[in-house]
Amino acid sequence: MLAAILVVSTLAIVFGLLLGFASVRFKVEGDPVVDQIDAILPQTQCGQCGYAGCRPYAEAIAAGEAEINQCPPGGETVILALADLLGREPKPLNEEHGEHQGKTVVEIDEQVCIGCTLCIQACPVDAIVGAAKQMHTVVKEECTGCNLCIPPCPVDCIHIIPVEEDIKTWCWPAPPAVLEKPPEENPA
Amino acid sequence: MKHRLWHFKGGLHLHGHKHMSMTQHAVPLTPPSRVVLPLQQHIGEPAEPIVEIGQRVLKGQMIAKASEYISVPVHASTSGTVIAIEERTVPHPSGLPATCIVIEADGKDEWTELHPVTDYQAMDPSALRNVIREAGIVGLGGAGFPTFIKLNPGPGNVIDTLILNGAECEPYITCDAMLMQEHPRRILDGLLVMKHALHARHCIIAVEDNKKAAHTMLVNALHEHESEFIEIVQIPTRYPTGGEKQLIKVLTGKEVPSNGLPINIGMVCHNVATAAAVWETIESGKPLISRYVTVTGEAVETPRNLEVLIGTPFRQLLEACGWQPEQTDEVLMGGPMMGFGMTSLQAPVIKTTNCLLARPKNQPHRHPAMPCIRCGQCTNVCPAKLLPQQLYWYARAKDFDKAQDFNLFDCIECGCCAYVCPSHIPLVQYYRFAKTEIWAMERDKQKADHARRRHEFHQYRLERKRQEDEERKRKKKELLKKTQGKQDTEEDAKKAAIEAAMARVKSKREQQEKKNVDNLTEQQQQAIHKVEQRRQRLREAETGNEEKS
Repeated sequence: MLAAILVVSTLAIVFGLLLGFASVRFKVEGDPVVDQIDAILPQTQCGQCGYAGCRPYAEAIAAGEAEINQCPPGGETVILALADLLGREPKPLNEEHGEHQGKTVVEIDEQVCIGCTLCIQACPVDAIVGAAKQMHTVVKEECTGCNLCIPPCPVDCIHIIPVEEDIKTWCWPAPPAVLEKPPEENPA
Repeated sequence: MKHRLWHFKGGLHLHGHKHMSMTQHAVPLTPPSRVVLPLQQHIGEPAEPIVEIGQRVLKGQMIAKASEYISVPVHASTSGTVIAIEERTVPHPSGLPATCIVIEADGKDEWTELHPVTDYQAMDPSALRNVIREAGIVGLGGAGFPTFIKLNPGPGNVIDTLILNGAECEPYITCDAMLMQEHPRRILDGLLVMKHALHARHCIIAVEDNKKAAHTMLVNALHEHESEFIEIVQIPTRYPTGGEKQLIKVLTGKEVPSNGLPINIGMVCHNVATAAAVWETIESGKPLISRYVTVTGEAVETPRNLEVLIGTPFRQLLEACGWQPEQTDEVLMGGPMMGFGMTSLQAPVIKTTNCLLARPKNQPHRHPAMPCIRCGQCTNVCPAKLLPQQLYWYARAKDFDKAQDFNLFDCIECGCCAYVCPSHIPLVQYYRFAKTEIWAMERDKQKADHARRRHEFHQYRLERKRQEDEERKRKKKELLKKTQGKQDTEEDAKKAAIEAAMARVKSKREQQEKKNVDNLTEQQQQAIHKVEQRRQRLREAETGNEEKS
């Protein structure tokens, strides 16, 4: 009887120590699921999902507070990837948050810009350069197309322009769908 | 000694149609009145223009320099004036324009000063590679990879075999065959230059056995040349023996690993035309400004090979060979298996243009695609040992991860699978679609990662600013407090001093007060009294006057 108690309590202590050691040694900083979700999101930081950026949205999804269909820039691809990752049912994009559109960037009409710096403050990726009372310009390579700079502009000099395809970004089109029925023979 | 040969899996016997364009010798085409030189004619980064609009340039002058490591310069193919640097149609399946330098020819065809290499064997391989790079030489077989990179064995790599690819397995194309027939010496000399750059032990020139004349000419030239390191091997005609990996398998029995390069197994493969271009550069200093192009197809009256300046519009080549536009269904750049249809014939010949194929209209009707019947013929013919059917399903379903698991990127797009498909499914188009989509996703991912880093930095910057502001405020407050305390004591001291001074003045005044009215005599007191009375009267009179008025 005593031996059994001793053995069990020794085992309990040993495993307790092991667990305690493991929890310190293999501690995971942050939630890895959030990182995985964040890696799928398009990082436009546009806030159309209703959160302050892609990371907060990822946190909300991981916490189960947000649906996976609130990201218009990501569109169907992101919804499918999130559904796959989280084992949730894919749903169509929630229209409340906006429509999925082609890639765009913004451009400042430099003739009209008054140099108020409001757009610089609004840009989530610091893609606008300029100084007070100096002309501003958008670094197109860095622009994510979030359009957050447009509402603050007092003179409406920021315009959305679609990103045009060039030889480097061109993709082969998907071949037309396969016929399910043989074509009718031409009697001639 | 007869070279032992192996077989690669799959492949096809195709009707060559090669005799059509082999009946006449290659002739130089009249230089065009205007050449259009795309900045990107190779794999890698586009070249950067170094000329200005309106500038006169000479034939062979460098007009755009290499921008990155994987890049080569572009040279003027004739003398004349630069009239534009702008977007023009280029030979690309997308039909999209790209930046080109346009030169209006002056008809003089005046060469720039050339610097031939007198003794390349005394040169350091890296200097030799640089000469080849500056001459703008790229692989002329079709892919257009910069040759100087493929002439660099890299640290620790030993090149056992250098292979010159003269297989030219695709039907209709004969530009390499013609070159081997007409300039075998150039090819052999170029091969020796490449051998020197690579320190290769052994060289093989592979020629398909349907090019007897080319083989004979090469063998004869080799006899004169007396080079013991070169072997000329006839290989069986089978499509796609000209593929790098397939050729290595046939010649050596070795297989290039998936996602690997021939250099990983001690081999390097170059095209015969590339070797000839290398020799031109070494011998005469000429950069790559012209090449052999086959103009063929049933819609051309006199199919033949032409020596064409880079930048000549396609239309001019076709017209020089009796092209019949009304009978043409489509003009392809490249062969019938791997070529692509041209949307505009204004597109210029570039370094990788090997063939223009004008297909006639009376071809058998192109069948619409039908459902896959899982016959497995595509798998039998695939020379890359892939499962085309599986790739097709996954590409169609846009399940690109799965397609990659089935080694989509080992596909060489040879078209054998689509050729044998009884349901006429455009299989290669599916693979190209999947490949470019995967690359696009990769680019998007990189862009997203970049945006994430920038956003994180943006937030870090805001946070840092907030903290700095707080810190500043806190410091200011502290400073204010300190100085206030000080001011208080100072003010107290001042007040005390003032009060003391006041007190002193007061006491002095008290001491001094009314000194002049003390100890007065009787008379003085009466005088004061009188004066006081007078003043009293005057005051009363004044108030009375005021009341009246």
